[in-house]
Amino acid sequence: MSATTQPDAGLQPIAAEPLVGWRGFLRSLFSSRVTIFGLALILVFAGVAVLAPILAPYNPVEQSIILMNRPPSAEHLLGTDGFGRDILSRIIWGTRPSLALALLAPMIALILGTAIGTMAGFFGGRIDRLVGRLTDTLMAFPSLLLGILVSAALGPGFFNVVAAVAFAFLPRFIRVARASTMAVRQEPYIEAAFAVGQPRWRIIFRHVVPNISGPIVVVATLWIATAIRIEATLSFLGLGVQAPDPSWGNIIRDGLGNLLGSPWPVIFAGAAITLCVLAFNLVGDALRDALDPEHRD
Amino acid sequence: MTDAGPLLVAEDLRKHFPAKTGALFAGHDTVRAVDGVSFTIERGRTLALVGESGCGKSTVSRLVLRLIEPTDGRVMFDGRDLTKLSAEALRKARQDFQMVFQDPYASLSPRERVSDIIAEPLRVHNAVDGRRAQRDRVVELLERVGLSAWHGDRFPHQFSGGQRQRIGIARAIALNPKLVVADEPVSALDVSVQSQVINLLSDLQVEYGIAYLFVAHDLAVVKHIADTVAVMYLGRIVEIAEKRALFARPHHPYTQALLSAVPNPDPDARRSQIVLAGDVPSPTRVPSGCRFHTRCPIAQEICRRVDPAPQTVADDHAVACHFAKPHPIPADRPAGADRA
Repeated sequence: MSATTQPDAGLQPIAAEPLVGWRGFLRSLFSSRVTIFGLALILVFAGVAVLAPILAPYNPVEQSIILMNRPPSAEHLLGTDGFGRDILSRIIWGTRPSLALALLAPMIALILGTAIGTMAGFFGGRIDRLVGRLTDTLMAFPSLLLGILVSAALGPGFFNVVAAVAFAFLPRFIRVARASTMAVRQEPYIEAAFAVGQPRWRIIFRHVVPNISGPIVVVATLWIATAIRIEATLSFLGLGVQAPDPSWGNIIRDGLGNLLGSPWPVIFAGAAITLCVLAFNLVGDALRDALDPEHRD
Repeated sequence: MTDAGPLLVAEDLRKHFPAKTGALFAGHDTVRAVDGVSFTIERGRTLALVGESGCGKSTVSRLVLRLIEPTDGRVMFDGRDLTKLSAEALRKARQDFQMVFQDPYASLSPRERVSDIIAEPLRVHNAVDGRRAQRDRVVELLERVGLSAWHGDRFPHQFSGGQRQRIGIARAIALNPKLVVADEPVSALDVSVQSQVINLLSDLQVEYGIAYLFVAHDLAVVKHIADTVAVMYLGRIVEIAEKRALFARPHHPYTQALLSAVPNPDPDARRSQIVLAGDVPSPTRVPSGCRFHTRCPIAQEICRRVDPAPQTVADDHAVACHFAKPHPIPADRPAGADRA
């Protein structure tokens, strides 16, 4: 047979490639109105955070004895708190620490967790057992409790909260990275990379990390919402952003003392937290479904 | 470099995997995947390793390349003992021996363009200078394996199985290796494509003087490409011979059974099929004596007790059987059925 130099058949482009195609991914992501609503909400919150100095009608820390505990009015759209501070301005400024932490903490956990989990999954053996036991131990704590523990140990302050939340999330990322790496490690193309003579670090960066990035990014988006809740909780407990600087958590904390007299700070800050958590959850779920073809319609 | 002497000598290779048994009370079994395998591959020649699935032939192919560490034995490649090389020295040495994989779908990274996949060995071993030279070499390789330059911009999922295997072959020959280990390179392909890929491998051998270790589960596939054929059963080579001798005068009853299973295109050829009873025993419980005695149609008392040593029955023809002779299976073969 002399067909050795001929291709087997004409190259047929495969029309529907659900896993790799960006178009299918985006179409799936934006197929639901609820997801678009979530994305829009996130954009609004982000815009508010960036434009806080322009959008906020009053100085968020300026107190006034005359204007204490006012209900919503034309001058103060969401009313004022127990120190006479404008609640709308405080919520607008409070968007900053909430969003900053919501993005920073999962990102730090993602980078560290991916590094540790990939090493453990790739090399196995003693490193893997050590990492596995540590992860199991940390996973035994609810992430909120772990966050409170670390926060309390480090003391209050924004960056300590970031560290605390990142640490609380770390074992989740290690687990996903480790499990995904172990699955990818078995793929023949990894063995082929070894057979070619690629160094191990090159195999990890070129072949393992790109192929486990999907599930890890999804985990990150799903934990953003939790990060917002934990930040609010820690600030509420006095471990996060310190007075007089506003954050959603400490607005609720300040308002709680006079809940029956003036519920407005608690109601509006709570609404902000709820909306923000909802938005990130909606988008996180959609992202997970879009990346997992089995969930796609 | 020692140009004299065989390219590769495998000596008494063994690979035993520990296997846990029992859910509650942990015990340890040993899977004797490869249990004392020796062979030689001459420069530019092809050794075919044939056997049923689970006989350890894929493990042998990985031991030879030291993709897995042998439990015992050594691999002399071009005068160097591969089992003693440091990790870095081994990595550098890999440019001389490459691999073609069984699964043309999973052995190509799904996220890389074909040109990157083929250029990978060139980059890792700094085989070419500059991007231009690299691109030229990739195009040359693509065309050599029967693809076109523009195929390099595509992703693996846009190709058929046979085309993907050509990409895998291009990657394997990119560094002009002296040895290519092909682990069932055509068993995942359509029959119509199999012969094309085998012809491509033969052409490349003639052109570049590559030696092959060609693993297959099918004697019909190796008939074309092999110079020497080794038949494996349960982690051992039971018969090894020059191809024509093996096909014409198989001495081991297992080889005979395999040969009788090769389909014959001639409908008039009357031939008795030797159907072996039972399954391959588990490599965790290797039978006493001759490993094949549990299924052998001519087994005697001695086969249960004594493990037969390989004996030379002719030039370059060794058989591990107490009753090694041409056609030891008398059976009720109809007259004229012999295809010797």
